[in-house]
Amino acid sequence: MAELLFWPALLLYGEAAVGYLGDVRHPGRAGRVATWGVRLGWLTQTALLGVQAARDGGFPWGTWASSLDLFVWLVVSAYLIWGCRRPYRLLGLVVMPLAVVLLGVARAGGGTGIGSASHYSNLFLVVHVGLVLAAFAGFTLAAALSGLYIWQERRLRTHPATILRRQMPALGTLDALALRTVAWSVPLLTLGAAVGLVRLVARSERLDALIAVTAATWLVWCAYLVLRLLGGWTGRRAAYLALAGFALVVVVRLALPVTHFA
Amino acid sequence: MLRLALVGTSHHHAPVELREQVALGRDEAQALAARLAGEDREAVCLSTCNRTELYVAAVDVQQAERDAVAELASLEPEVEPALYRLHDRAAAHHLFRVAAGLDSLVPGEGEILGQVRLAHEHGTTGLLLDRVFRQALHGGRKVRAETAIGESPASVSAAAAALAEQVFGSLEGRSILLLGAGKVSEQAARNLRSRGAEIALVANSKTERERIHEQLSAADVVIASTNAPCFVLEAATVTDALRRRRGRRLLLIDLAVPRDLDPAIGELDGCYLYDIDDLEEIVVETLSLRRREAERAEAIVAAEAEKFHEWHASLDVVPAIASLRARAEEIREAELLKAEALLGRLDESQRRAVEAVTAQIVNKLLHLPTVRMKQAAAAADGVLYAEAVRHLFGLGEDER
Repeated sequence: MAELLFWPALLLYGEAAVGYLGDVRHPGRAGRVATWGVRLGWLTQTALLGVQAARDGGFPWGTWASSLDLFVWLVVSAYLIWGCRRPYRLLGLVVMPLAVVLLGVARAGGGTGIGSASHYSNLFLVVHVGLVLAAFAGFTLAAALSGLYIWQERRLRTHPATILRRQMPALGTLDALALRTVAWSVPLLTLGAAVGLVRLVARSERLDALIAVTAATWLVWCAYLVLRLLGGWTGRRAAYLALAGFALVVVVRLALPVTHFA
Repeated sequence: MLRLALVGTSHHHAPVELREQVALGRDEAQALAARLAGEDREAVCLSTCNRTELYVAAVDVQQAERDAVAELASLEPEVEPALYRLHDRAAAHHLFRVAAGLDSLVPGEGEILGQVRLAHEHGTTGLLLDRVFRQALHGGRKVRAETAIGESPASVSAAAAALAEQVFGSLEGRSILLLGAGKVSEQAARNLRSRGAEIALVANSKTERERIHEQLSAADVVIASTNAPCFVLEAATVTDALRRRRGRRLLLIDLAVPRDLDPAIGELDGCYLYDIDDLEEIVVETLSLRRREAERAEAIVAAEAEKFHEWHASLDVVPAIASLRARAEEIREAELLKAEALLGRLDESQRRAVEAVTAQIVNKLLHLPTVRMKQAAAAADGVLYAEAVRHLFGLGEDER
């Protein structure tokens, strides 16, 4: 059953990624088709997660590969909230290929099937893994918004005659949305990481590389908030900082999980 | 049968000196339409800065057209050679193009749709003009919804406002600093104000340097169009202001030649500088996009015109169809009455069933002839078919 749901979800996300690429060249129908790909793909993946949860009888996303599956779902969910609106379609060009690749990696690691139940308690996993992944999904979206900001800002500076051809979100809107997304995500990461730390101390376990990089990630995003809210940082500088924070999220999600989950 | 005629002139046929002589205010246009309509006619007057057109619907369309020409000639006799006259399908197609903005000076401009709506509301309309204007408005809205013809700005001032929206999003409460007061800069400022921005200062010369510097730290948009021979704002001045702005973005529009704003301002972080050439390039590009979209819009308009033509042509056969159905119903009721003795023994539900069955037989028998007659009407054979039906079924013979 999980297999039957995985492939349609992957194909629909793939269709959306290609559709958004087509939308860059010829705005219009390709973008609308891509948007439906995102919606239907998200529904299919939701069903996939539902089947995983039902079959495993608990929280089945405790391994790094299965957590990647959940992470993709969270990123696409966050994108779906307003990303499908016409001015934000270009965000899909960043989010959907990423979703396809990560979902593929999750499958390669065995995270999209059945039988990934962890020996940890459900409550701990929901709070720790759930919150950390939700925060990372938020950071991913904030980074996509920042990428779009940098792209649009560059266009406004280079004055192409086609600048008004494509409906784009305003710089001010992108900036404000990125800040709002990070403002929601940092507390989630703080809470999720704190729960993990409490357990670590209680069990007298040792810090690993992933915990160290996650702490660095938390520091970067906290700095982002402080600099924006108190230091008056806006625009390009803030956008580059968000991309730096996202680079750490990528390291945490892809490069180091083996050390933590092992 | 009611026929449609259009008499008018537009920017394609008459220069402004002539158009302004026949341009009418709302009340005058309404009065003219009422005068032209009379008892058995319908009339609508569409008068804008680019066109004055009279739409009339009448059985004697030639006379109605002559009257319309006379009305326009009474305003300005020299306009007569510049008048175009269209009938029925061509007149409707023209109106649909007008409502969609395809006949406008700037293809796709949106104001005309509201002007067509007002003309319709203030006209003396009946069956035909009501239908054609409603369909024109529907077609115009459809074109705007399904194509991008009206999405991009078509003038330098509109481009400036659109750029401001690209930078700030909503312009509600945004502050404009106007340096100089040329015609284009005034239009740009008006455009920004219509979107919610406010003019903080209008400075006319370099002597107001102090006030300009003061306002520069608070303004969101600077529009410059002075006659100054050198820069009114230099990069160093803006750099100084940026320190007080705490990262707030600043859009600068330089409409002056020679330029008022130091080009180095465009390199500063948070500053977006556009000069007149940049804006004109954007307008040229958006106009070419509009022209491409116009092809799609023409297809939509043609489809709407075809629908109207089918409806209009069906008016030829509607009386014959109505008579045919009335005759069939008459026969059905008469036969049911004859069978009263037999039907009297039936209970209420059985009686209703018999009535329903007979009505259904009549409807099914008449469905295909009705459809075929309407199709024939659209293909210009409607009158022949109508006559044939009248003859075959003896319709109207009782009256004779």
